[in-house]
Amino acid sequence: MTVLAPTDLDGALAALAERPDATVLAGGTDLMVELNFGHRRAGVFVSLRRVRELREWSRVGDELTIGATVTYTGLERGQIATLVPALAQAARTVGSPQIRNAGTIGGNLATASPAGDTLPVLSALDAVVVCASASAGRREVSVHDFLVGPKRSALAAGELVVAVRVPVLSGPQEFLKVGTRNAMVISIAGVALVTDAARGGLRCALGSVGPTALRAADAESFAATAVEWPSRRATPEAAIEFGRLTAGAARPIDDHRATAHYRRHAVEVCARRAFERVTLR
Amino acid sequence: MTDQAIAITVNGERRKGRTEARTTLADFLRDELALTGTHVGCEHGVCGACTVLLDGEAVRSCLVLAVQADGADITTIEGIGPEPGRLGPVQQAFMECHGLQCGFCTPGFVVSVTSFLAEQPAPTDDEIREMLSGNICRCTGYQGIVAAVHRATELIEEATA
Ligand SMILES: Cc1cc2nc3c(=O)[nH]c(=O)nc-3n(C[C@H](O)[C@H](O)[C@H](O)COP(=O)(O)OP(=O)(O)OC[C@H]3O[C@@H](n4cnc5c(N)ncnc54)[C@H](O)[C@@H]3O)c2cc1C
Ligand code: FES
Ligand code: FES
Repeated sequence: MTVLAPTDLDGALAALAERPDATVLAGGTDLMVELNFGHRRAGVFVSLRRVRELREWSRVGDELTIGATVTYTGLERGQIATLVPALAQAARTVGSPQIRNAGTIGGNLATASPAGDTLPVLSALDAVVVCASASAGRREVSVHDFLVGPKRSALAAGELVVAVRVPVLSGPQEFLKVGTRNAMVISIAGVALVTDAARGGLRCALGSVGPTALRAADAESFAATAVEWPSRRATPEAAIEFGRLTAGAARPIDDHRATAHYRRHAVEVCARRAFERVTLR
Repeated sequence: MTDQAIAITVNGERRKGRTEARTTLADFLRDELALTGTHVGCEHGVCGACTVLLDGEAVRSCLVLAVQADGADITTIEGIGPEPGRLGPVQQAFMECHGLQCGFCTPGFVVSVTSFLAEQPAPTDDEIREMLSGNICRCTGYQGIVAAVHRATELIEEATA
């Protein structure tokens, strides 16, 4: 096994181009578990720990560009948390403080687990994933196209997630997750809700109840008319209907963590609550 | 397997060595540097026994490769006290409040609590439980540990007053 530790992005891309068999190593919170458990063979690893460009974030106008190795701790704190509150809320639910100090948003995207907690938020925000490779250069992929299926992303061989771009919206946001206990759990169901007061609507995506993050399109169109914009007033009945429609978008399965029935119920409750929190009576 | 050279600062001391790329930081600290205070429980990121400070942040040393820590500054339980043979405030508090029984989980708790209290010096019970959510203890039932964190905040305040 060999670990390469490039110090800049070009170095990282060159290392990946030279060693097409190499695996990218960011925070290691997914990869090292696989390695320690013998689920992955040791080979060539390209560690991103020292690549400064990937750890940074910036704001241009109403858009944030968040570097791939920004950690959950980085998302929970400071300005990102005020600009994209749902992302911070999702980050806060990940693992434990020590996991959040290491795990990165790029790793969550590249792992593309159906239970990746930032993924429904990125889906609701219509985020754009910036990818790069030495041979093909940069390209931008909508998060909806990036997440192909369970543990499958649109990343090509030798390609890195460089950053993710998200809009700064006006209006409240929520992320709610259900797990088997309060901390350190893989989610059984997750709901991300972001309001876009300027465009008069809200966007809702679900985690852990489908092969990838799913959008609740029917619930979104319902909210466009059932909520009064821009005042965000809505009736209690609208919240109930919103929960029901959102649950209709879920495509859950039974597994050792929960039944499909329970997951759908959890989505309904979380969606209703999130709706109540982002609207006014 | 290829050996790679690394140079890290551990508990203030510059250490150089060669290690297999596959070696985790936890194993490197224990086997190469004989710092066996860092415990290895699950190698899964879950139990927290292996927590060390990597450039000041609490992380799982079982999920970091030693070569990834090249150039970094590491603090282990052996370096948490003010000097060899003297206890730091968090260690003192764990002793006073029965925050440990068998002691297997203790290094991870003490290192974690030390870093969390630096960021949040006066946590509530709920905040303490949240900060300890990544450390598992099979013995104490956590009551003594929560009490120890409160006591540690007092000891730190007294020391800085
Ligand atoms: C105890 C524990 C609890 C956890 N709890 C949660 C949780 O609550 N919610 C949750 O969503 N996840 C959780 N996770 C999973 C994990 O922390 C996240 O998925 C994390 O975001 C992975 O990021 P990383 O930087 O650690 O990735 P790594 O482990 O370094 O890499 C993961 C995968 O992504 C690839 N990769 C990483 N970065 C890039 C990049 N920039 N470009 C291309 N490929 C890349 C790697 O090659 C690898 O295949 C948990 C893990 C542990 C160990
Ligand atoms: S041994 Fe590292 S978290 Fe358990
Ligand atoms: S004291 Fe025994 S595991 Fe915590």
